[in-house]
Amino acid sequence: MAQAGGFSFDLCKRNEFLEARGMKGPGFTKTGTTIAGVIFKDGVVLGADTRSTAGTTVADKNCEKIHYIAPNIYCCGAGTAADTENVTGMVASQLELHRYATGTQSRVITAMTLLKSHLFRYQGHVSAALVLGGVDFRGPHLFTVYPHGSTDSLPFCTMGSGSLNAMAVFEAGYKDDMSKEEAMELVARAIRSGVMNDLGSGSNVDLCIISKEGVEYKRNHEYLQGKTYERQFPQRFAAGSVPVVRERVYDIRKAVTVVEGEPMEMES
Amino acid sequence: MSIFEYNGSAIVAMAGKECVAIGSDLRFGVQLQTLATDYKKIYKIHDQLFLGLAGLGTDAETLSQRFAFKHNLYRLREERDIKPSAFGQMVSATLYERRFGPYFCQPVIAGLEPDGTPYLCGMDSIGAQETAKDFMVAGTATDSLLGICESLWRPDLGPEELFETVSQALLSGQDRDCLAGWGAVVYVITKDKVIARTLKGRMD
Repeated sequence: MAQAGGFSFDLCKRNEFLEARGMKGPGFTKTGTTIAGVIFKDGVVLGADTRSTAGTTVADKNCEKIHYIAPNIYCCGAGTAADTENVTGMVASQLELHRYATGTQSRVITAMTLLKSHLFRYQGHVSAALVLGGVDFRGPHLFTVYPHGSTDSLPFCTMGSGSLNAMAVFEAGYKDDMSKEEAMELVARAIRSGVMNDLGSGSNVDLCIISKEGVEYKRNHEYLQGKTYERQFPQRFAAGSVPVVRERVYDIRKAVTVVEGEPMEMES
Repeated sequence: MSIFEYNGSAIVAMAGKECVAIGSDLRFGVQLQTLATDYKKIYKIHDQLFLGLAGLGTDAETLSQRFAFKHNLYRLREERDIKPSAFGQMVSATLYERRFGPYFCQPVIAGLEPDGTPYLCGMDSIGAQETAKDFMVAGTATDSLLGICESLWRPDLGPEELFETVSQALLSGQDRDCLAGWGAVVYVITKDKVIARTLKGRMD
């Protein structure tokens, strides 16, 4: 039972057998996403929508897709939700230990290399498509990491099912050396085009601005999709509206109570 | 057929004001044949923390035992009960370990944090966590449960009203699913008591 870590494959044979007998395997929660990033004059802006899907059902209307990697590095994730969550978490903890060992700030390229070597090892089966951004002593960096482990380094990039919508906005509106406000507006507009035009993306816009001065994580920077309706007469149920066959009540108050005591006399 | 539809289940959890409720149906079947009508899918981890496991029954049983075992070890080492949020991380890590050969289970976790705030979270079968402030559903009746919960849930429900709301949602949701039903059980967890109620439902 106790093991060093890594994946366990003991159920693979059984699951393969079940699949051969016509049992369909489970569908996983996907991010079905629009994520994007740009480099501006003194940093990077990352953006993401906030919808997660299970098949065609919206699983979460307001999830977080911009993951923490290091105090100066963040990463947007698209693909299988569990993979993006875990792969970014693993790299974040590896970098934390690396910072304790070296006493230096983490570099974006280090995070990128850790991510791609993990993803390449699993030959695309760990399906995480990432946009990695951060600022280190060499300045701002922006990378895209594909599920098979290849990487790009570009001044602006997009990923996920809404990447085409977002890229269209970037291609039309990108300029070199933008101000922070211009960059934020451009990324928000790119994500918005994903939210509105791509069915896999939806809800709100999250932004994360990283510069030498620090990080601004703007959760729900644009709150686009609140409820458009309000029940005028919300359904209220009177006690006893449901037929109860059996009821048991368990008292779980803790038996121990902590009472303030007199301080002990001490010789001076 | 999907492996998730082999046994059938319906699980709902909702958050209220300083209380949470979690409920499941009672059917245990193999495809279209019903074998038992007293099969709860909710497992107690400790007084303030309950775990619902939807999906393949055999895996739910195995997982519930593994989590009970892990929680026992945690209690021996830490001399306290696990926090619901920490337990959520543990369940997620346990499921992701089997990323390429998963347990066919969808967990729902409902509990009260030590400060009394409700904690709710759900996952897919490989541990992609989804925390919710309102409600969480799992099983074969998710489509109908999601709709009814979206409509019935209100913020800051008290324990009694929360119970009625969860029960109404669960009963009407599972009535639209052939694979779930045959009565239900609902647990309401508050700071100083847990109320377990068995409900009368359609038996068809």
